[in-house]
Amino acid sequence: MEKTVNHKAWFLVLPVLVLVAFSAVIPLMTVVNYAFQDTFGNNVFFWNGLGWFEDLLASDRMWNALGRQLAFSGIILAIEIPLGVFVALNMPKRGVWASVVLVLMSLPLLIPWNVVGTIWQIFGRVDIGLLGYTLNSMGISYNYTQNPVHAWATVVVMDVWHWTSLVALLAYAGLQSIPDAYYQAARIDQASRWKVFRYIELPKMMGVLMIAILLRFMDSFMIYTEPFVVTGGGPGNATTFLSIDLVKMALGQFDLGPAAAFSLMYFLVILLISWVFYTVMTNLDKRG
Amino acid sequence: MQSRTRLNGSTVVITLYLLFLMLPIYWLINMSLKTNSEITGTFSLWPQTLTLRNYVVILTDPSWYMGYVNSLIYVVLNTVISVAVALPAAYAFSRYHFMGDKHLFFWLLTNRMAPPAVFALPFFQLYSSVGLFDTHIAVALAHCLFNVPLAVWILEGFMRGVPKEIDETAYIDGYSFPRFFVRIFMPLISSGIGVAAFFCFMFSWVELLLSRTLTSVAAKPIAATMTRTQGASGVDWGVLAAAGVLTIVPGALVIYFVRNYIAKGFALGRV
Repeated sequence: MEKTVNHKAWFLVLPVLVLVAFSAVIPLMTVVNYAFQDTFGNNVFFWNGLGWFEDLLASDRMWNALGRQLAFSGIILAIEIPLGVFVALNMPKRGVWASVVLVLMSLPLLIPWNVVGTIWQIFGRVDIGLLGYTLNSMGISYNYTQNPVHAWATVVVMDVWHWTSLVALLAYAGLQSIPDAYYQAARIDQASRWKVFRYIELPKMMGVLMIAILLRFMDSFMIYTEPFVVTGGGPGNATTFLSIDLVKMALGQFDLGPAAAFSLMYFLVILLISWVFYTVMTNLDKRG
Repeated sequence: MQSRTRLNGSTVVITLYLLFLMLPIYWLINMSLKTNSEITGTFSLWPQTLTLRNYVVILTDPSWYMGYVNSLIYVVLNTVISVAVALPAAYAFSRYHFMGDKHLFFWLLTNRMAPPAVFALPFFQLYSSVGLFDTHIAVALAHCLFNVPLAVWILEGFMRGVPKEIDETAYIDGYSFPRFFVRIFMPLISSGIGVAAFFCFMFSWVELLLSRTLTSVAAKPIAATMTRTQGASGVDWGVLAAAGVLTIVPGALVIYFVRNYIAKGFALGRV
């Protein structure tokens, strides 16, 4: 759409600007403030320069958490995106059954995150959970509270359970926008199922899939509540992702300086990767 | 013949997927209807002695059910605020070019990318210092951090689909901007407003970290109340499960109303 140049449009954006400035800029400035200062208590602060950043970059703690975080986001993207597309391809197109499927699929998305954690914490327990009990009676000594591999598997399966529907719904929305004529043309050309997917469905889904990848990346990179409820970051530090580590530092140990420096770097990493996705996305938007 | 076998294959895939989604939820409902001795003592696929005791505990104890009321209050407050401020901004982004519009739009989105963990501590200090700690409005405002950008994004997507000629015709007919916006434009994008409201509701409802950090007693959300079940005598599994089931209900209700738009909404109005 052609847009008119109108600088008065700023007035329409003003309420949002004021509100977001209050709830984002002021708190963020506090973080910046702490990141460069040190204190011995009593609200007396002195300049510490880049000290906290140097400490953090030299210690293993943040690097390990970042590594775990990248591994986690990578794994769940590798599972959820293909699985979501596969589910979307098999979803019924119309009718009552389609509505039922849509509502049931959306259900996990609307469960409070700590309840998601609780559900899987119970489900995986060896004594009272269906999953843990069944696995153990099949002779697999599954125990997510002690075995790091099992803890990872549980957290990953939980995330797949929680969010694959989002990817599927997005891909489904993309598929719905393909006119029937495309499929008819493909049938006349005797295109194989794979070719229909590769040359018709996939290109049409690209735009929404980018949104799916962007959303899933951002949210998985900030994940806190669900793994915290299920494993508490353990066993050991096996599932201590960036947010869990940060909250431990900021609200648990009240290490304001390091926590603030940690926050800033954390935010910058997300910002950087998201910016790449966003640029790709807007370019796709332009191509239509 | 070929289309029939393919249809059956699809049904199998979807059924299996739904089964995977529903099993853990079923297990929670199953547990919420059992007595605690049955939960820990025996392993049963359905309740042997059906009991509603766990639900009675929650629905008769104010410290429990007030958790739901508190959550609903700040969620509704947040939804109203977010949509109200996002509407004019989304209109500006969808209709006009203005100085710095692209940067502003991306900056708004960065707030959706901000990890709540980064903001937990500064929010706590900010709202404590202005005397808003432990109020519903504090949580509602804090959730605006990620809901306002999302609402702007969704609404902008829907507004793009409305032809600009409608605006121009209305202005020629002598409508003032506010009157045009409320009388003509808002009804046109009512489904978009519904979807945006739904998403604000959803993300405010499922968030725990900020709402827990900003409240202690008076505005304590249900999600934080649930940690109470870990008592000295072990975990009250039955009540925990019942509380969990009750948190699913509001989501299931609102989802029913937007079921036809939900896919488009998740695509942020960009399909």
